Amino acid sequence: MAFWRNQLSGPTDPAADAAWDRHEPRKGFFTDTSICIGCKACEVACKEWNGIPEDGLDLLNQSYDNTGALGASTWRHVAFVEQSSDRIEKARESGRRLVQLGMPTVRDSATATATLEAPGEVRSGAAAGPGPTDTAVPDVRWLMASDVCKHCTHAACLDVCPTGSLFRTEFGTVVVQDDVCNGCGYCVAACPFGVIERRRGDEGHEGGRQSHGITINGGGADPAHNGEVKNVGIAQKCTLCYDRLGDGQTPACAKACPTTSIKFGDLADMRATAQARVTELHELGYTEARLYGADENDGVGGTGSVFLLLDEPEVYGLPPDPRVTTADLPDMFRKAGMAGLAMLGMAAAAFVGRKR
Amino acid sequence: MQDLSNADCIVIQGSNMAECHPVAYQWVTEARLKGAKVIHVDPRFTRTSATSDKHIPIRAGSDVVLLGALINHILDNELYFKEYVVAYTNAATLVGEKFQDTEDLDGLFSGYDDETGQYAPDTWAYATSEDGEEDGDPSPGTIGGPAAGHEGGGDGAHEHGHSKSERAAGDEHGSGGPALEHARVLRDETLQDPRCVFQILRRHYSRYTPEMVADTCGVSVDDFAYLAKAVTENSGRDRTTAFVYAVGWTQHTLGAQFIRTAAIVQLLLGNMGRPGGGIMALRGHASIQGSTDIPTLYNILPGYLAMPVAGLHDTWDEYVNAIGSKEQKGFWANADTYAVSLLKAWWGKAATAENDWCFDYLPRLSGAHGTYQTTMAMLDDQVEGYFLLGQNPAVGSAHGRMQRQAMSHLKWLVVRDFAMIESATFWKDGPEIATGEMRPEDIQTEVFFLPAAAHTEKAGSFTQTQRMLQWHHKAVAPPGDAQSELEFFYELGRRVREILADSDDPRDRPLLDLTWDYPLDADGEIDAEAVLAEVNGRHLTGDKAGQPLSAFTEMKADGSTSGGCWIYTGVYAGGVNKAANRRPGREQDLTALDWGWAWPANRRILYNRASADPEGNPWSERKKYVWWDADEQKWVGHDVPDFPVAKAPSYRPEPGTGGPDGLAGDDPFIMQADGKGWLYTPKGMLDGPLPTHYEPQESPVRNPLYHQQSNPARRVFPRKDNLWSPSGDEPGADVYPYVFTTYRLTEHHTAGGMSRFLPYLSELQPEFFCEVSPELAKERGLEPGGWATIVSARTAVEARVLVTERMTPLVIRGRTVHQVGLPYHWGVGSAAVVSGDAANDLLGVALDPNVQIQESKAGSCDIVPGRRPTGEALLRFVAEYQSRAGSTAMTGNELRTGHPESVPGTATTTKKEG
Repeated sequence: MAFWRNQLSGPTDPAADAAWDRHEPRKGFFTDTSICIGCKACEVACKEWNGIPEDGLDLLNQSYDNTGALGASTWRHVAFVEQSSDRIEKARESGRRLVQLGMPTVRDSATATATLEAPGEVRSGAAAGPGPTDTAVPDVRWLMASDVCKHCTHAACLDVCPTGSLFRTEFGTVVVQDDVCNGCGYCVAACPFGVIERRRGDEGHEGGRQSHGITINGGGADPAHNGEVKNVGIAQKCTLCYDRLGDGQTPACAKACPTTSIKFGDLADMRATAQARVTELHELGYTEARLYGADENDGVGGTGSVFLLLDEPEVYGLPPDPRVTTADLPDMFRKAGMAGLAMLGMAAAAFVGRKR
Repeated sequence: MQDLSNADCIVIQGSNMAECHPVAYQWVTEARLKGAKVIHVDPRFTRTSATSDKHIPIRAGSDVVLLGALINHILDNELYFKEYVVAYTNAATLVGEKFQDTEDLDGLFSGYDDETGQYAPDTWAYATSEDGEEDGDPSPGTIGGPAAGHEGGGDGAHEHGHSKSERAAGDEHGSGGPALEHARVLRDETLQDPRCVFQILRRHYSRYTPEMVADTCGVSVDDFAYLAKAVTENSGRDRTTAFVYAVGWTQHTLGAQFIRTAAIVQLLLGNMGRPGGGIMALRGHASIQGSTDIPTLYNILPGYLAMPVAGLHDTWDEYVNAIGSKEQKGFWANADTYAVSLLKAWWGKAATAENDWCFDYLPRLSGAHGTYQTTMAMLDDQVEGYFLLGQNPAVGSAHGRMQRQAMSHLKWLVVRDFAMIESATFWKDGPEIATGEMRPEDIQTEVFFLPAAAHTEKAGSFTQTQRMLQWHHKAVAPPGDAQSELEFFYELGRRVREILADSDDPRDRPLLDLTWDYPLDADGEIDAEAVLAEVNGRHLTGDKAGQPLSAFTEMKADGSTSGGCWIYTGVYAGGVNKAANRRPGREQDLTALDWGWAWPANRRILYNRASADPEGNPWSERKKYVWWDADEQKWVGHDVPDFPVAKAPSYRPEPGTGGPDGLAGDDPFIMQADGKGWLYTPKGMLDGPLPTHYEPQESPVRNPLYHQQSNPARRVFPRKDNLWSPSGDEPGADVYPYVFTTYRLTEHHTAGGMSRFLPYLSELQPEFFCEVSPELAKERGLEPGGWATIVSARTAVEARVLVTERMTPLVIRGRTVHQVGLPYHWGVGSAAVVSGDAANDLLGVALDPNVQIQESKAGSCDIVPGRRPTGEALLRFVAEYQSRAGSTAMTGNELRTGHPESVPGTATTTKKEG
């Protein structure tokens, strides 16, 4: 029973659960939004590597975000949130409360420094900085955060997929097989984050403007091939660059990130780095910092993509308390079973009654 | 660049580093993670501000006041690094008695010539015994006087203001100071003499107070105090502060002086030549530094050697004396060896001692031939053909309308680019076609579009912002007819030479005598490494004939060496392409000398002798970088020492010794003619020896410091197609009440040639927008997401409205000044994935006198809701504004405020050509 419970909620090793007898350490991202500069190199690198079509040429009037949301043709999305000082103070207060609830655990400074410092020799004294930087509340702030598929420990998309197109890889990530997917769309409704989506082929082009799709044959800049979009109707999302991982490479987005805001590695290390960083920021007075997806006991069993946020998740368009839709399956089965039994009982009682 | 991570404080001003240089910004991020304080001073709150400790909003174009106040604060509170300042700068040097400051002359320095609107810098010179000081060794001429004026006794007769400005002298000295005749200067090391630079500085900046900052820049007294505290607390023996700037500082009518002001701050604080210090100039493209080193500029030759000027440098001797006197200190005294080696590289065996190394093959400058003068010459039908290589002036240059109209006067135009950029299609779909000002059938220009290879499709080097060459290999062959620049020019030269092969016209000799014998690779293309080897230079005679030079110090003036750019010598030392060095950072220390190759001599921090005290010991353990090893009797450290390696700190030359031998053991600024960092520039700047605040060419604010409104030495072009808004309290100034500033976004590349034709980048920023504060939106009724029309004295453009609290209205002397932000990536055309009006069309043409750069970071405009009129109605709309403002060709063009006769081209002023 415990095995089955772990299949649906709580801490577990998803690759082992998926019956990989020999598997890699679970891989994941740590996206530290406190050092994101909003350059969108992750969005472009992702599209370049994965051959994803352009996703609409509309000005959205949402700060510098003209991407909008994750979707079939947007696997990395940088959110831009402009805030004034009252909101910043609220964020600091809410973050402080989270700490008091014990959210960031003991600081693991060794991991933190190893990840955050430059490679090579650090000269004596060079790192002896003055300590806390300025933490006065500014008039405005501009939050930037690169969002991506969470590669949940308990992935609803995978659980509901009837064709087996979605599968758990040996790295613990969740990947769609384009040639198996039949476009049923169950996964779209199941994802608690709204990540996975079927590709329509005309995203963002309701106005009749031409789509600049990327052809399967690689038409390049040849305008004759513009508009040919691959995988139309197929469910699409981040693969955590499964092909690159298989070759020992870093996913395209993390590789392109100039400030190491997107870090990639073994999920255990990512979680430890994230914990250390949030602790460090709190020590410096930036109490608005908090982690997202790092808790194994949350509604999806923790995510494979951990985030450090500087405000509440809703501010970034993230669900505050995501819950895998299949987590309730045992309960539902139990209730359904009980209901069934009750109905049987009633039916039996009815027959018994008729004999009278 | 990675040295920024050693800084304790970084001030980013005049740059939006995170957006425009995101890869380099990793080192700022790194510094911040180590605890450094990062301050962003900018008119807008940008992605750089978002990741800084503090953003300080400032009115565009007022930076000299802020930095000048910093200087005043440092001097007043004795916060300068005294030992450094006394030993390493010209603070102690005395200036001649004839010098008069802007404080004495209401905004003018001595030497201003009303006739030409330019300065004669004689009176700015250092003092000599001839000024009455005890010396006992009469000097042969005025120190700091014009180098070319030897025989004239230093009266400057041979280099009066006009011609100096025309050749844009400031730009020539990109790697060091200008020539002085010799280095015998008078010094007062107590810094008390009223004529010493230190005291002149004190007096000059005494009125640059925090209150003046508040009244001029719109920066609060508290914010100024924050900045001053951060910068001064993080400077000294143990700590260093770095400044970072980009075109937000340069693109002004006194742009070069913005940077000079920062240089003074950094010299006073002892932050030059030290780890985590310095002033980082961020260049805008992958190899813009390279195209200054081996220039695409009209006024310099490779390695910052001056282009000869007609009438001044007619003979070889005149030229050699002008580029580096043998009597001055430092490495410019050897400029003759660099020049001869360059001419040998170009003309090989044809260059001989008898013909002065083919010196007469070089053209002579007859005036300024910058991009804007060339544009205006096109309008006058003086230019037949034009090559555009990686440039899109129809969108990217100031005053796009003038650019497009000028190109329509050409006989032929060659556009080499990746896609059909607007400069290739303006004749059929440009804005002037829409207004009816131009008709395709009337335009006689024959446009040739030649597809260009991308950097992955060719081998070569990039020289980036920190002077580092990095080699890129050819990954794939260019598609179709696309060619590399190297291949194109090699082939063009080959064909032209073939046509001229039988010519006996002497004017064809320079082309026919060129060394044009490059080896070809397996694909039949010219070998880029062979060009690098030629640039590096080689021995031509003796045992080593044919071998690459290993350092520029091996260059000779006798024709026995060649070298295409002396500062690059060493990049191919030993026949090894050091630009291709790629030892990973994790395998070496932070200086990373085995990654790429930085000129000169693979040195990563210039003037790094200054990282040690006068005795040669590190200023502190924490900031140890290069020091004197007494046991080994040489300079050692983390970097290549920027000093004669065996010269002891205690070394003192015989008085009067010139060249590198003339450098004392504590003269760290080895390219300066006196070995010192220049707080005060006795020569070299055309608009004054000290930076002074002047308002931009167009400004809603009167200059609070002087009656003189704008830089009196700026270059203006009074023309009916180049009108200006009235400024300050002039009548009509309120017609264009707002300040606009133009800039770039991360998502696009300059004029869009490399980004708007790509769907992945276009979708990230699909439309031209303007950034306005909620207050301005309310004042003008602008709707978020709606349209706005922005109108200047040149034209009107339309943009979508982005209302944001990131734009801050500033209060300048009780009056609210709004600023409008305009990214300039879009252009009107039909070939790009996304298009739109071009912000640069709003700009006029007024230039900095030193480097001829346009003022594109501050202008005056109005903004109204709705889309702009189209067709001829647009012209009427713009004209109606001009008429209401009363703008005429005179407006804004008085070089001396209040002197209408000082408008160039008016009756009393000397007529200028071109």
